[in-house]
Amino acid sequence: MSEPVWPLYEVFVRGRRGLNHVHAGSLRAADDQMALHNARDLYTRRNEGVSIWVVRSDLITASSPDEKDPFFDPAGDKIYRHPTFYTIPDDVPHI
Amino acid sequence: MSPTSEPDLAAYCLMLGDDALIMSHRLQEWCTMAPELEDEVALANIALDLLGQARELLTRAGSADGSGRSEDYYAYFRGEDEFRNVWLAELRCTDFGQLIAALLVFATWRLALLQQLTGSSDEMLAALAAKAVKEVTYHRDYAARWAVRLGDGTAFSHDRMEAGLAHVWPYVPELFVAHEVEQRLAAAGTGADPAGARAEFEEILGQVGAAATLEVPKIVPEASSPGRDGVHTEAMAPLLAELQGVARTDGEATW
Repeated sequence: MSEPVWPLYEVFVRGRRGLNHVHAGSLRAADDQMALHNARDLYTRRNEGVSIWVVRSDLITASSPDEKDPFFDPAGDKIYRHPTFYTIPDDVPHI
Repeated sequence: MSPTSEPDLAAYCLMLGDDALIMSHRLQEWCTMAPELEDEVALANIALDLLGQARELLTRAGSADGSGRSEDYYAYFRGEDEFRNVWLAELRCTDFGQLIAALLVFATWRLALLQQLTGSSDEMLAALAAKAVKEVTYHRDYAARWAVRLGDGTAFSHDRMEAGLAHVWPYVPELFVAHEVEQRLAAAGTGADPAGARAEFEEILGQVGAAATLEVPKIVPEASSPGRDGVHTEAMAPLLAELQGVARTDGEATW
């Protein structure tokens, strides 16, 4: 008997209030609810999170590594797109 | 640390602590055995939660009996007849259905006790219970979700879950027998009354059973709780041999 394999999920964890959800890793689960609980057990054991998102990996549309150059390289030499010409006060966090 | 000896409180801490320690060990046995990696971590998390509860309770036993003995003494250097856990905790579970049934019963029962203990007149017990309620709520939820998934799954998984429940059920009546120590401490507002946990237990098991299409047997009351007096099943000696082996073989081992 060949073992059926559960679908893969991607896990996003938000560390603290006011921060973004950050990709933490992936896991396998039979459905969305199980994925959420497995994510709790795998990725928030050390008090990392206050919120978890899970999404099936096959629902994500991703850019292809083959298209990396046309996708990203043209942005490399356009420094005027970076907001580097003013100073940020020291007490403004998370920027 | 209180210099006065409180033998009832010490005995009671051993009961609650041994339940957690022995159940934790049974869960740890599933490391490398769980059906999925994700569940292996979940079971290990639950085992660790219970181990944490056991450590505090055994330490408290050492201060309450006036001996000042450490948690390690109680875990590693007591004989089988000195352990006060219920038989359910030492029950061997070789099938995932059995394990889920045991965990569902254990967590539902323990949560009902812990909820009572949050109002304990003993500050340490009340504080421990407040923390443990959150942990055990998750344990119960984990087991209930699997019980429903298996019970309401395929005919094969339903039969396995049903067999698991049948494996565990003979050890359920003991959970609601109040040992004389428990009776005295419950009357004094320090301990929880196991008999008082039964209504909630039956309600929760009824809900899970209905969702899981499982028939939950009735509880046939029993008169005694042998585990609370240090009388154990034949599964206990091999369990303790593994639990205590390293500490007893190498007196200088540290961890």
